[in-house]
Amino acid sequence: MIATPHVDWFALSPTLALLGAGAVSLLGAVLVPKRARRPFGATVCAFGFAGAIVAGALLYGFSAHGHGVIGDAIQRDRLAALAMMIVAGAGFLSVWVSATEPMPDDHIAEYYALLAWAGAGMAFLTSASTLMTLFLGLEWFSIALYILCAIDVQLVGSLEAGLKYLIIGSFGSAMLLFGSALVYGATGALRFGEIAHAVAAQHLTHDALLVSGLALVIGGLGFKASAAPFHMWTPDVYEGAPTPVTAFMSAATKTVALVLMLRVLVTAFPQEARLWTVAVAVLACASLAVGNLAALVQRGVKRMLAYSSISHAGFMLIAVAANNALGGRALLYYLIPYSAMSVGSFAVVAARERELNAPVTFENLAGFGWERPLLGISLSVFMLGFAGFPLTGGFVGKFYVFAAAYRHGWIWLVIVGVAATAVSLYYYLGIVRALFMRPSEELQLAPATVAGGSPPPERLLQTGVVLALAVTVGSFFAVQPLIEGAKHAAGAIF
Amino acid sequence: MHWLTTALILLPVGGALAIWILPLQPFAVGSTALLVALAEVGLWIDSVARFDFSKPGLQLDQRTSWFSDLHVSYHVGLYGFSLWLVGMTVVVMAAAIAYAFWAGRDRPRAYYGLMLLLTGALVGVFAAQDLLLFYVFWEAMLIPLYVLVGVWGGAGRLRATLVFVIYTMAGSLLMLASIIVLGISQGTFDLVGSGTNGSDWIFLGFVAAFAVKAPLFPLHAWLPEAYRESSPEVAAVLSGVVSKAAAYGFLRIAISKFPGPTSDFRIPILVLAGCGLIYGSLLAFRAPDVRGVIAYSSLAQLGLITFGLFAVNDLGLNGAVLQMVNHGLISATLFLLAGGIERRAATGELARLGGMARGRPALATVLMTTGIIALAVPGSTAFAGEFAILAGVFRTGWAWAVVGGIAIVLAAMYMLRLISAVLHVSPGPAVSDAALDLRPAELGFLVPLVACLLVLSAWPAAITDRSFGSSPSSAISGVLR
Repeated sequence: MIATPHVDWFALSPTLALLGAGAVSLLGAVLVPKRARRPFGATVCAFGFAGAIVAGALLYGFSAHGHGVIGDAIQRDRLAALAMMIVAGAGFLSVWVSATEPMPDDHIAEYYALLAWAGAGMAFLTSASTLMTLFLGLEWFSIALYILCAIDVQLVGSLEAGLKYLIIGSFGSAMLLFGSALVYGATGALRFGEIAHAVAAQHLTHDALLVSGLALVIGGLGFKASAAPFHMWTPDVYEGAPTPVTAFMSAATKTVALVLMLRVLVTAFPQEARLWTVAVAVLACASLAVGNLAALVQRGVKRMLAYSSISHAGFMLIAVAANNALGGRALLYYLIPYSAMSVGSFAVVAARERELNAPVTFENLAGFGWERPLLGISLSVFMLGFAGFPLTGGFVGKFYVFAAAYRHGWIWLVIVGVAATAVSLYYYLGIVRALFMRPSEELQLAPATVAGGSPPPERLLQTGVVLALAVTVGSFFAVQPLIEGAKHAAGAIF
Repeated sequence: MHWLTTALILLPVGGALAIWILPLQPFAVGSTALLVALAEVGLWIDSVARFDFSKPGLQLDQRTSWFSDLHVSYHVGLYGFSLWLVGMTVVVMAAAIAYAFWAGRDRPRAYYGLMLLLTGALVGVFAAQDLLLFYVFWEAMLIPLYVLVGVWGGAGRLRATLVFVIYTMAGSLLMLASIIVLGISQGTFDLVGSGTNGSDWIFLGFVAAFAVKAPLFPLHAWLPEAYRESSPEVAAVLSGVVSKAAAYGFLRIAISKFPGPTSDFRIPILVLAGCGLIYGSLLAFRAPDVRGVIAYSSLAQLGLITFGLFAVNDLGLNGAVLQMVNHGLISATLFLLAGGIERRAATGELARLGGMARGRPALATVLMTTGIIALAVPGSTAFAGEFAILAGVFRTGWAWAVVGGIAIVLAAMYMLRLISAVLHVSPGPAVSDAALDLRPAELGFLVPLVACLLVLSAWPAAITDRSFGSSPSSAISGVLR
């Protein structure tokens, strides 16, 4: 008889909600008539994500004092709960974007099942508190995403994207696993807290095994956060994957990877802080440099957004590198508007893609802003938010990140961030310019019109965009409650 | 606690939202925008009536916490000088919107909404008493300007906006870094009563932002294209109001909060201002078109205002505030006139203009009056402002006053050249006899602007005695700290 630990089902409730939603939508593939599978899957999946948000909020409310549950394999605290809410929110928005994606009906049930399961894996991962659960959660959502990237076999590049992501992602996972093994070898502990104790008790601070293990763990998580120099898969995968999948990945994967990086580094390696703060700061600078400079020369909007997401990984890594409570707060706040802007901008790209039936470039955005004012204004607001203009949460996020770096005593990092922001304006404002300042006569490509005019506006997608817009702008005005929430969440580890 | 300042900010913003949301006809959109702009002027007059000019401190202020962990708050209020700058802003914006209404603009809902949003952001810049809030309004001002120039501008608008945005954002982001460092290190972002700071680097971060926006020589490369490519009323706002936001920033933040660095860097800044003053005047004298003259004269005038500010004495500061209001009104009037001239002659090139005074008495009168005030004839309000600035800067060193004096002579030269090239000599090839005199509608927005200038000419003390309470230097070392 194996002694089973007590299971805190409540701590798992967001994960379970999404697992259940995935199972139900998969059942739809068998039980629901083919015509109704798409709305059925989307509805179930949306309810799953909404349920996960609610469960996450309840978990947040009832987990003021963080503690390990299920044999200390996972940590029930507000950090995990807030990250779950962000992930589930990104998933929820992505469902609205997916609902009208022109995808073959054959695998639509699997699509929504995998989307929900990827979310479930992420929700599980945010509360990981041992190296085992960390790897388990990471692989869980990664495998779901590999398939999602390749699911639309008729889309040019989708299969390629899935394969690239699989190979490079597996390499990243292998790095993480190898690093975990080295850390375990050095300390004999798997739980984050115990690793820290072992390092302190056995004076392992400069142990070669431990330090290499730490480096590999950072690298492995860096792959998922698409931080340079582990970013090379990002542009190809973002470009090739179906746009709603890209939207979900760009927001949710980054959220879990960065929150996990913060949790691992702060709770398992506090003694190595002198090392990893510098390492993460270097990653941040590399991401800012690579992301921004490469984004400058992109013509494809999805590729540009991919590089922009690399540069945002850089901004958020600044918050991790600060290694203080303000940094934790900055990261968690930043993720909220960032996720909304990211999903929202990919949603608008998806809308244009469907209109033109071609990849969206800067050139064929010309005049889009005047044709579809709602989407045009929304995309402009998302771009201004990415660029850190006020009246969007992106501004407050950047402000907090820089403030955290300054409080850590790194003015140079603030200057790097400011310089990166200045460079980024060129391509973010380039989108605004393409949307509104070029006449649509310049458009090279005629919209794929249906009989009797342009295609009707897609209400579902527009709802998703409006929700993302509300979060982007709302997070600027409601800084106090959000930052209060982020403060309690970060307080779980600082 | 007083709602009036907040109302001054929110009224135009609300108007913008109403225009965007309500499905109005083009004509209704324009008239709604104009009504909102006029209501804003009325609101400003109300705040003048409630203002106690004998007190130097912050008035009509309101403060609410925005996010408490870093002590950032929504804190707005007005000093005497900010009240006058707000007044200049609302009057110029109303005139600009009236011009646009008269001239007609494509996509009116987007256009007028952005103009009103810009009004709110500008008033916010002059009213913000929290560093971060100041930055928010400062940046919020850029977004409508970017779109207004980029969508409704001339043929070279894309390049002009790109250069404009790159320049201003490079400055603004340095200011953001300074704001973060200053705010976190002093524990509050509030501007009132937070004391002074002696860091040269933080000071220079702020100066970078203000020097680009003003612009100060040699950071003016964005200016000629931005002023030429934007529509006349946007150019009026850019040179009349937006540049004053920078001068205001020098006064409210750089000089008040950094007395040590101000005196350290006073000479280099005065040298740059002097260069801009002479260089701008010379370029204005050689400029081939109407807008070029006004644009470069704007560079020169901002140099002069910077002279007054960095003299940091009573005369200089009072003169600078008066001159800020003067130049705002003058350059707005001139740009709107330039717009009128370009509509009639289809060109702004001085070589193709001329002889427009004949048969067009109203145009000749308005342009003459504004031009004469602009070149600072004794008795005009610009004379009062420039005289006070020169007297103030004389105390810093007589050579500065000589530079300023030369520039005033040059100002007379380029203004008279402009007036004669447009109004006198023989009619140019672009001027047809059919080109009409100023229409009543045009007089409707030009005459109030000129009337403001004439009132100030008669009574410049309205501003000089009512900007800083008892005296500017005591305000600088007291309530503005």
